[in-house]
Amino acid sequence: MNYKLSVNGTDHTVESTWEGESLLYVLRERLGLPGAKGACEQGECGSCSVLLDGDLVCSCLVLAAAAEGRDVRTVEAVAGPEGLSDVQQAFLDAGAVQCGFCTPGLIVAVHDLLERHPQPDDLTMREELAGNLCRCTGYGRIMEAVRMAADRRAASA
Amino acid sequence: MSTVTGRRDRRGVGTGAARPDGIPKVTGEFAYSSDLWEAGMLWGATLRSPHPSARIISIDTTAAVAMPGVRAVLTADDVPGRPTYGLEVPDQPVFASDVVRYVGEPIAAVAADHYDIARRAAAAIVVTYDVLDPLLDPEASLTAEPLHPDGNVFRHMVIRHGDPDAVGDPAAGDIVVEGTYEVGMQDQAPLGTESGLAKPTADGGVELRIGTQWLHVDRDQIAASLDLDPDLVQVELAGVGGAFGAREDVSLQIHLCLLAKRTGRPVKMIYGREESFLGHVHRHPARMWFRHTAKADGTLVKVEAKLLFDGGAYCSSSPAVLANATCFAGGPYKIPNAVVEGSAVRTNNPPCGAMRGFGSVQVCFGHEGQMDKLAAALGMDPVELRLKNALAPGDRLITGQRLDGAAPVAALIEAVAASPLPGEVDGPMGLPGGPGRTTQAGDVRRGVALAVGFKNLMFSEGYDDSAAAKIRLFDGVATVSTACAEVGQGFVTLVHQIVHEVLGDDIEVVLNTASTTDVGSAGSTSASRQTWMSGGAVKLAADDIKAQVDLDPDRAEYLADVVHQHTPTTPLDENGQGEPHVSFTFACHRAVVDVDPELGVLRLVDLVTSQEVGKILNPVQLLGQLEGGAAQGAGLALMEEIVLEGGHIKNPSFTDYLIPTSFDLPELRVAAIIEEPEPHLGAPFGAKGVGEAPTISSGAAVIAAIRAATGLELPRVPVRPSDIALSPDRTP
Repeated sequence: MNYKLSVNGTDHTVESTWEGESLLYVLRERLGLPGAKGACEQGECGSCSVLLDGDLVCSCLVLAAAAEGRDVRTVEAVAGPEGLSDVQQAFLDAGAVQCGFCTPGLIVAVHDLLERHPQPDDLTMREELAGNLCRCTGYGRIMEAVRMAADRRAASA
Repeated sequence: MSTVTGRRDRRGVGTGAARPDGIPKVTGEFAYSSDLWEAGMLWGATLRSPHPSARIISIDTTAAVAMPGVRAVLTADDVPGRPTYGLEVPDQPVFASDVVRYVGEPIAAVAADHYDIARRAAAAIVVTYDVLDPLLDPEASLTAEPLHPDGNVFRHMVIRHGDPDAVGDPAAGDIVVEGTYEVGMQDQAPLGTESGLAKPTADGGVELRIGTQWLHVDRDQIAASLDLDPDLVQVELAGVGGAFGAREDVSLQIHLCLLAKRTGRPVKMIYGREESFLGHVHRHPARMWFRHTAKADGTLVKVEAKLLFDGGAYCSSSPAVLANATCFAGGPYKIPNAVVEGSAVRTNNPPCGAMRGFGSVQVCFGHEGQMDKLAAALGMDPVELRLKNALAPGDRLITGQRLDGAAPVAALIEAVAASPLPGEVDGPMGLPGGPGRTTQAGDVRRGVALAVGFKNLMFSEGYDDSAAAKIRLFDGVATVSTACAEVGQGFVTLVHQIVHEVLGDDIEVVLNTASTTDVGSAGSTSASRQTWMSGGAVKLAADDIKAQVDLDPDRAEYLADVVHQHTPTTPLDENGQGEPHVSFTFACHRAVVDVDPELGVLRLVDLVTSQEVGKILNPVQLLGQLEGGAAQGAGLALMEEIVLEGGHIKNPSFTDYLIPTSFDLPELRVAAIIEEPEPHLGAPFGAKGVGEAPTISSGAAVIAAIRAATGLELPRVPVRPSDIALSPDRTP
């Protein structure tokens, strides 16, 4: 059974695979997009976060075949031709990256957060991002990156 | 402290230089060991024991071998070399053949065309067991029938310091307090699970790309079990998704290399989260008894302790963990007389080994609990009691070793104690229970408490510890080779900073991928040792290059090839006395916890720290270590525990094994970073490793704050809601 997936604006045909494969598996192993990471396989850690028709989802919990006809956006599409996104740059500037395994999922999640809450307070940030586990940073520099990105957006608006 | 960027006007040490791997990590392009791919690649899977203790009667692989797409099925019979491996003692079978000793012990490995076929084939292997009663109680292990030819005691040791027979004088008002403390089994839970890719090489060897903490020790263990010359085993570091001790031991390394050799094809393996819980060692659960004797003015007279660490089925680094626990059992205090006895034993529980803080974490819960008890018994302020007994330079540790170098214990405590306390939380989201809105503000009780801890840097007890590095300077480009495993800590940034500091900002620095092929061992990325050891090696190499350039500035190429050794240490004698350690690191934390006693739910409202760091190389990365380390320590006090039932892990998932989320933690505040005025011999620019100290005292401060809030004894971590809400000692 073949099906089509639109990922980052590009149409792909996924050929004769087992239809039980998750979107995460298909992105990583069939479409050559390993930016989304697998760390828990049950939607707890957020490492595999992608946008599905603009909604933040855990791609490990989405059947790839069920994403046919929908718009999938991954971390690979966050940086534009002009370079890193403001969130990516803030992660670097704030020192929010250590091992980096949670980083791609967080980059996607923070973009989504700032769309909905352009100036989140501390508890809002912490509650909104509680679905993205990080084991290295204790979240301090990640929260600093969110503040930095939000402030820079507000300053340039 | 919300913004620390450091200077960026130059590129040397002390600046907040950016990570060289930062851009690929934020774009998703960075290749972790789970992201590797090769044409014609097979997938590996592992069959594991479902029993904590059993005899293997037979292993039938017929059905698995016959499955379409299966390329190899390997058991113990297929291991050509040493059938066992292990960090300190090779006591763990590559594949179990006669008995299994824990749930999750590998029995067979499969390579197949697809990930799912490999897993189905592993499940199709039929193993017939004679199931035995497991030995799960570490106390019973001491006298039980041996579970292994090596016996049940990984190590037993005693420290006798000063006058072991000293007793307090009750007539003079001396006070004695006793306590028992228990620590649950913690998991390192790195976000990246175990993964790697092996492929056969044309010369009959094998090449492995892997997330690990020590390339050369992996290589040597692979070579031994594959019966290959170590030069035929090339191990290269792939991107590592965190480590924290979980990657010190071999997990899938030997299995992958065996499969690649057998099939003649590249083989990739990724553990799922559940398999990851089964596939690496954990932090030792501990039972600890302490008795502290002090004069009426609070001066410590004697510390006695008995420590029992459950090492699980195989040795791993249990002897070294126990040595740390025993040596640091008293905490960073002047202790004239001590008797500390420690045992690490074998059971049919999951194997335990290294995790950040390495033995010091467990005993910190004990010695800090005791200091609070002692303060209460004396009617003394717990901060004052700690200050009265704080270690200082020149003091003797309970090993008899003289404390050379910095030991600003009192200053660390004073800085944290002086930090302002937070006010009431703002709004219901900040109450215990958070967005669950379970708690009324009027029900909340607040507790404030402080803890301090310390541990060693580098390997100990006479271990021949070294790190190699090479630099080639050619045409303004310094190419650095080191086998140091970057696991997220930011060593790769320090390499750039160190080389720039020595050779100038104008040269370009290129750091080769860490590998066993082009440079000697860096030693392990553990024991807070790589800043000092491999950072020191890179500095030595850069100094060497600089000297060559100064002598002869016109050459096209300069080469340096160095091995950095730390100052020697000695083994412990039969009384646990000696000079076992190179250097030490100290940290202090104060926690503020709000508790809803009715429900037993908690909120860590504030956490403030101070730490002694030698010399700051990169203030941004330093802060990241302070924050991340404190989170893991707090996690152990608040929520993290591998729950065992009959030797089975009942919660091998991130749904059931909880690690702190962003909502569970406050912003860590830093009260003081103390640099060492006189650089320690061998430390590059005086810098020390900073990663472990934050994990030691943070959890002890959190549990002490919960005790202060509730008035409960709470001798065990992590604290469960039922420990508070259902405690018979709870006052209404």
